[in-house]
Amino acid sequence: MTADRRFPDDISGPFEVPPVDFVDRDDREIVIEPYDGSEAEFDALVEMYADFDPSDRAQGIPPGRESRIRTWLESILSEDCLNVIAWDGDTAAGHSTLVPDGDEDCELAIFVLQPYQEAGIGTHLIESLLGYGASHGITKVWLTVERWNHAAVALYKKVGFETTGAESFELEMAIQLADQSD
Amino acid sequence: MKVLLGIGGTDGSFGALERTVDRAVVAGDDLTIAIVDSEGTDADRDELEGRVESAVSDTELSVDIRHVEGEPGSKLVDIAESEGFDEIVLGGSTTSPMGKIKINQTAEFVLLNSHVTVTLVR
Repeated sequence: MTADRRFPDDISGPFEVPPVDFVDRDDREIVIEPYDGSEAEFDALVEMYADFDPSDRAQGIPPGRESRIRTWLESILSEDCLNVIAWDGDTAAGHSTLVPDGDEDCELAIFVLQPYQEAGIGTHLIESLLGYGASHGITKVWLTVERWNHAAVALYKKVGFETTGAESFELEMAIQLADQSD
Repeated sequence: MKVLLGIGGTDGSFGALERTVDRAVVAGDDLTIAIVDSEGTDADRDELEGRVESAVSDTELSVDIRHVEGEPGSKLVDIAESEGFDEIVLGGSTTSPMGKIKINQTAEFVLLNSHVTVTLVR
C-alpha cells in the first residue's frame, strides 16, 4: 500500500471500548466483544459469512465459498489484527476488523448480517472497534468503500472519517484517532 | 482467438499470465504478450520478459512478446483495435491488506474504453 496516505487533521474520539452492550432498535440484546481467539467464535463467524447476501459483498469480500471464507478469516483473525464481534446470544450478527497495512496505519472493514442491519448495530460496532484500536495505540485508520454505498459512507462520516481519495472506482476514507492507550 | 495479454509486474499479472497461457494451449489461441509499464511496481522489464519466456517455454505455443512503452491502458486498447485482436486480458487488480480487490487505473481505462472484449483475471 502507498506510504503517502493522507489523514485528516482533526482528531476523532475517544470512542467506547468493548465490551459494550445495548438493546438494538428491534429490541435484541446485543453484546460487542473482542474476538477471543477460540475455534467456537471462528466457526460462528464462518457461519455468519456463509449466510451473507452476495449483494452486500464489497470489493470481493466476504468471499462466497466456505473454504475461501475460512482462508480469508484465518488471515484477518490472526494475532496482529484487531477484531470485534457483535453477538445476539450465540449468533454472530456483525464483525469489524483492523488489519495493519505494513506502515503504522490499519485498514478497517465492517460487516453486519442482513437481519441485523438498520438497527443501530453498525454504529456501535465501528465505534467499539475504533475504541479498541485506540486503546492499542492505533491512531491512523483508513478504508475503501464503493461510492454508491451511501449507507456505509454515511456511517463512516458520522464517526469521523473524511474522504481522502476519490480518483478511483472506490472512495478512500481515513480517520485520525486520539490515542487511548495507557 | 487472437488474444492480447498485457502484463506489468504486479502479482495479478503473473496470475493472468499463467491462466492465459494455459487457456491458449487448450484453445489454440493466437497469443501476443505486451510487457507494459506498471503502476506501483518497479519490476524490471528484462526480468518480466524472462518470466514470460519461461511461462511459454514448456508449451508448443508460438507467442509474440513485445515491449510497449507509454500509457499502458491506451496503448493496449490501440494495439487491440488496430491489429484485429478479439480480446484483451489483464490481471489488473491488487488486494488490500484486508483482501479487498482494487482495480488499477490501467484496468479501469481498458474496461471503460476498449471496443474489444476484456477479461480481467482475478
